Amino acid sequence: MRRFAALFAALDGTTKTGAKTAALADYFRAAPEPDRVWTVALLTGRRPKRAVNSTELRLWAAEVAGIPDWLFEESYTVVGDLAETIALLLPPPATTADLTLDHAIRGLIALTGQPAEARKAAVLTAWAQLPATERFLYNKLLTGGFRMGVAQGLLTRALAQATGVEEATLAHRLMGNWDPARITFPALIAGDEGGDARPYPFALASQLEDGPQPLGPPQDWLAEWKWDGIRGQLIARPGAFALWSRGEELITDRFPDLAPLADFLPPGTVIDGEVLAWDAAAQRPHPFAQLQKRIGRKTVPKTLLAEAPARILAYDLLEDAGQDIRDQPLAHRRARLTQILAALPPGLPLAASPALAFPTWDALAETRATARAEGAEGVMLKRAASPYFQGRKRGDWWKWKLDPWTVDAVMLYAQAGHGRRANLYTDFTFGVRDGNEIVPFTKAYSGLTDAEFNEITRWVQKNTLERFGPVRKVPAELVFEIGFEGIQASPRHKSGIALRFPRMLRWRRDKGVDEIDTIDSLRALLTAAP
Amino acid sequence: MATPVLTFTDRGIYCPAGDFHIDPWRPVPRALITHGHSDHARWGMGAYLATDQALPVIRKRLGQITAEGIAYGETRRIGGAGVSFHPAGHVPGSAQIKVTVGGESWVVSGDYKTEPDGLAEGFQPVPCHAFISECTFGLPIFRWEPQPQVMQRILDWWQANAAAGKTSILGAYSFGKAQRLMAGLGVHGPILTHGAVEEMTQTLRDQGYALPPTIRVTPDVTAKTHPGALAIAPPSALGSAWSARLGPVEEAFVSGWMAVRGIRRRRALGTGFVLSDHADWQGLNDAIRATGASRVFVTHGYTAPFRHWLDSQGYDAGIVETQFGDEAEAESPPDPPLAE
Repeated sequence: MRRFAALFAALDGTTKTGAKTAALADYFRAAPEPDRVWTVALLTGRRPKRAVNSTELRLWAAEVAGIPDWLFEESYTVVGDLAETIALLLPPPATTADLTLDHAIRGLIALTGQPAEARKAAVLTAWAQLPATERFLYNKLLTGGFRMGVAQGLLTRALAQATGVEEATLAHRLMGNWDPARITFPALIAGDEGGDARPYPFALASQLEDGPQPLGPPQDWLAEWKWDGIRGQLIARPGAFALWSRGEELITDRFPDLAPLADFLPPGTVIDGEVLAWDAAAQRPHPFAQLQKRIGRKTVPKTLLAEAPARILAYDLLEDAGQDIRDQPLAHRRARLTQILAALPPGLPLAASPALAFPTWDALAETRATARAEGAEGVMLKRAASPYFQGRKRGDWWKWKLDPWTVDAVMLYAQAGHGRRANLYTDFTFGVRDGNEIVPFTKAYSGLTDAEFNEITRWVQKNTLERFGPVRKVPAELVFEIGFEGIQASPRHKSGIALRFPRMLRWRRDKGVDEIDTIDSLRALLTAAP
Repeated sequence: MATPVLTFTDRGIYCPAGDFHIDPWRPVPRALITHGHSDHARWGMGAYLATDQALPVIRKRLGQITAEGIAYGETRRIGGAGVSFHPAGHVPGSAQIKVTVGGESWVVSGDYKTEPDGLAEGFQPVPCHAFISECTFGLPIFRWEPQPQVMQRILDWWQANAAAGKTSILGAYSFGKAQRLMAGLGVHGPILTHGAVEEMTQTLRDQGYALPPTIRVTPDVTAKTHPGALAIAPPSALGSAWSARLGPVEEAFVSGWMAVRGIRRRRALGTGFVLSDHADWQGLNDAIRATGASRVFVTHGYTAPFRHWLDSQGYDAGIVETQFGDEAEAESPPDPPLAE
């Protein structure tokens, strides 16, 4: 762990990508090979299963630190990170031992399913031996929330520097279902495992801020709806049928209604598309909330399958008859996609996401304005000649979203954030007017500058009316413009509504609480929403 | 029941028997001042009383004032009260103030630190009946490493930066922390100072505190003339045009708050060193126990949980509400400057 801790300290101690890449590359040259594999796994979100839950960790840590539980919780509120809180509270180690990252993680994996006493003994032994940073990292492995501020691109660049393998090739080889507990570092780099079901790195679009005029002649571009579902990659190869989410999660089993596609797609087909809950009667997607009901479940009940059947609207074709065609122009890939889909029997839950015709940018702007009625969030613009690139490269793919809906609301409760936002009040509950009362209707966390959060934090500290654990009730005075993408009736919420992607657009210092919107104006949007 | 030795008013801590305030935040006729930091020594008092060692800094900051000095340990009578000042170990000249009325003694800690730092007069426990303690770092997550280890970390960082051709800049409070750093690091090479730091340093040097030579940064002091140097500046100078002049630079903030990663990251500074002029959790607990006091009032920090803790340890504990209502959080630092 010592070497891993040094890597962590180096990454944590700089905000410069050059320095981070160099530190990682050095690590990938020098660390023991099994440790390198685990590091790649952790940095790409492949975490070992949690052997211990956080309630147990809190209890054990408070016990070792010799403090009451309430004082542990007070400390946690200030630190904002469980792993760090524990690392800070424990007495310094009596002896130090160095165990490799591989050893530490395998030890944790072996603990799953053991009785509580055995798990506790193992964790306490590790705590008693590890110095501060190692202890923090060990706790991070335990709690599973591992973030080291290393973007995927940075990781592949460092690995490429350390191994001499080209970046794009590596990015592809790191995708998919390899098992860090079994694979060797050379096998991982050579792409020996997980071949059949391995997805390609996703191409990502950038936000179009100022409209499409600067993009040049409209005929160079293809447009389609920007759907609000789950971006996915469907793999149909001779040895594998798999559906991957953009977060590289294998979600095949969550969508049994897509299984028939395995029998009909030509072998060696890989499709990029959007998984949606489909309203067959209206011939358009259900709102995201319908899909969300299915995401959290391992097995989907029949009623839900019938109520919200899944369907893929395909954007792109990445592999055609077993050939990687990502270098071909988009126009060609779309043409092949259309041909393949046309050859499928009717009734399958897969169709092309329709291309939107537009002679002029103005015409496209008019089409875009109708997106909500189509169940879409806006339109996508892709250069017809563009390859299927890796990650987010500005220039060829743009998302041109509708302006969000907005509502002016007043802050009612504030809660401190976590991690970088520990100690700062950043998580707010907002209310709108309902007759003579103000009803809470949404929470939002993002959209303000650091300076604004600082100022609001000071205000919250001086104006707290009541505390409920970490939550503070404040006077209904500060007004914010809240933006959101969609609205749903929701019996689970007191206000009867639920918003999609709520965030703060602006702090309306110019407005008072007498100028906020009403719950009725929000309910009116329910009928406008699809 | 008789009038308490000290009461808590909207101007600060007040002694009815002696008719004086301690570290008041609004103008009063007579103020006893624990130390020279600006949240304790404020402008506008009719008369000031502070240790002989604290006065030069207070005068430097407040200009023309009516002030008197007192030696550590000397007892004076003010009205019906006996007062004496005792080392608090926080910064040079800092004191705890003991007030005795009718045989009952109360001690106001001011800010204090129990670990000797080689510069400030070392903390001495003062037996008393009631103790009014700060608790800036009054949570068990705060556990300071011994000063020599922290100085070694800073030295390693400085030397690595120097080897990479960079100037190292430490952000630290101009009075107290800055001089503590130069006292600990001065033997290793020339130390550059920001003007604000140099002024305080010169004031302390004139008093006879042993401080190494320093070089004030002026337009002709650059990375070329002083390659690989260490500079000490107020936190506000980090990332400013002032520090860019010494570039290429590596910057670090030196504060007890740097113990918490989220706070460190929010400053968008790569590096933070955990070195505080306040007592850590253990230090607070030890100091309180050493007074033998059965009544403890906490102020200035994580007051609510710390009071709760003292209560559970058998003390008769209370909170002194300070000017901002919820000082605990005003001290728990949302952003620069981090008050210590």
